[in-house]
Amino acid sequence: MAVSSTDISSATTETEVKGRSLWADARKRFFRNYAAVGGLIVLILVGLFALFGPWIARFEIDEIDFTAIGNAAQMGRPSIETGHYFGTDDLGRDIFARTVQGTQISLLVGLVGAGIAVLVGTVYGAVAGYVGGRTDGIMMRLVDVLMAIPYMFVLILLLVMFGRSMIMLFVGIGLLSWLDMSRIVRGQTLSLKNREFIEAARATGVSTAKIITRHIIPNLLGVVAVYATLLVPLMILAESFISFLGLGVQEPLTSWGALIREGAGTMRYGTLWQLGYPLFFFVITLFGFFFVGDGLRDALDPKDR
Amino acid sequence: MLIFIAKRLTVAIPTLLVLIVLSFVLMHAAPGGPFTQERALPPEVLANIEAKYGLDQPLWRQIGTYLINVTTQFDFGPSFIYKDRTVNEIIANGFPITLTYGGISFVVAVLAGCTLGALAGVYQNTWLDYLAVGISIGAQVLPNFVMAPILVLIFTLWLGWLPGGGWQGGQWQYLIMPVIALSTSFMASIARITRSSMLEVLNSNHIRTARAKGLPIRQIILRHALKPAMLPVISYLGPAFVTMITGSVVVDFFFNTGGIGLSFVNAALNRDYAVMMGVTILVGALTILFNLIVDILYAWIDPKIRY
Repeated sequence: MAVSSTDISSATTETEVKGRSLWADARKRFFRNYAAVGGLIVLILVGLFALFGPWIARFEIDEIDFTAIGNAAQMGRPSIETGHYFGTDDLGRDIFARTVQGTQISLLVGLVGAGIAVLVGTVYGAVAGYVGGRTDGIMMRLVDVLMAIPYMFVLILLLVMFGRSMIMLFVGIGLLSWLDMSRIVRGQTLSLKNREFIEAARATGVSTAKIITRHIIPNLLGVVAVYATLLVPLMILAESFISFLGLGVQEPLTSWGALIREGAGTMRYGTLWQLGYPLFFFVITLFGFFFVGDGLRDALDPKDR
Repeated sequence: MLIFIAKRLTVAIPTLLVLIVLSFVLMHAAPGGPFTQERALPPEVLANIEAKYGLDQPLWRQIGTYLINVTTQFDFGPSFIYKDRTVNEIIANGFPITLTYGGISFVVAVLAGCTLGALAGVYQNTWLDYLAVGISIGAQVLPNFVMAPILVLIFTLWLGWLPGGGWQGGQWQYLIMPVIALSTSFMASIARITRSSMLEVLNSNHIRTARAKGLPIRQIILRHALKPAMLPVISYLGPAFVTMITGSVVVDFFFNTGGIGLSFVNAALNRDYAVMMGVTILVGALTILFNLIVDILYAWIDPKIRY
């Protein structure tokens, strides 16, 4: 029993080594790209910071240090002894704890926004592209109409009218993020649709729904992965934009945009760390996502082979 | 050509109507009216106020009135918060300001972006190319709301050269930082697009023919390569316009320039729905108009497009 199972597993690993799949090839190309690997390492570190930051922080996000209150420029300097690794703001709140919290929320918004885009956009685009004809015309015209709307203004309108909550932020960003994805997926589906294996599936009587889920969507994964990675920073940018205007997540919760806003407001009082630390995490994370996205595109794009 | 324009309009006009109706319905679906305050008003007073703003009418009639007022007279009605001002006055106040620095930023971004991108494409793999690529990657992670504080930090707090905000009728000192903040990321995108399309064009057959004929490089680039290389840039101008007008909100907010972005943010903070809707609809209309112009321009320049 045990022997045979190891036989099977060794046999499977052997075939994996022999037949280089598309994904194995792509992985190899990806890891040869230093910028992309660097970006990935940065992203992992930022992720670890968001996950384990709360254990390292010596203060809660809304805890007030009364020695620093009103005198952050002198008493709230970043230092190891006071426990404020990144300093405090003028209310005596710990910037390290707040940066950790902001990182968590910004990453969450980015991932959820991209996730919704992947789910909705992929299915929508695949259906429109595969079914074609009038259905395609109507579905894509709807996307055109929605794309022509200045979405940031509508998003702020939604947030103001329905209350500024995290859920509303997710809903609003999710509603708008899938448009580009559906266009890209549709284009890719159109080129897949007339290939022989789809024709074969159709000839053997597979249903349309099954062709889309079993044959079209798996073949779209490469494009979707690339675009989803590039979408995460765009979602983070959108959320930060709204939070910068003071219309995003509400206190005591915070995000990078809100922290940058606070830091920008107080920089003339000599508390530069309030701007510097959140900005640093913001910039390296965006760089990371863009580099990883570009690396994935180079690795998965059949054009460059 | 006329048929093409008419076709585009049949998409553009419904889009605008959808935007108006949608935002109006949203406004009514929202919990809490614009006059919901922490201390509840007496019901009689509330009824009077609602009658003044027409909020006691049935929804379809309100939408109808609003649509007719907006489309025939460009009248967005009174502000919900500032009792003595109409939305039109607020927009008329801020819009010229937004248009001034927005227009300058647009021109700066297109000129600088195209120049940088074309040079990078022509001198591929030289220091100029690396500089251009570096700038465009850097600008991607420095959006306007990051650029603005950094600019103020450098030019106002450290160097003391420029005022940190304000408008003062649009004197040049007050224009520089808003224009840089607004145009940088946009310029970077244009540079990137121009560079890659320039590279593609330079490898195409008609350039090889021109080279084989023995034309001087200068002439090949200016006469034969530049025009086809500009096509992707033109199609990017539509989305770019949206990005810029969105960015103007940050510029107005941070530099206190007093454009419509500032009215929008203030309206959002005060829950002044009338002003928010007015600005949103205006921006939507401008976006649609601009996309229409870009489409027509594209069809006119690119002979491959049939209409």
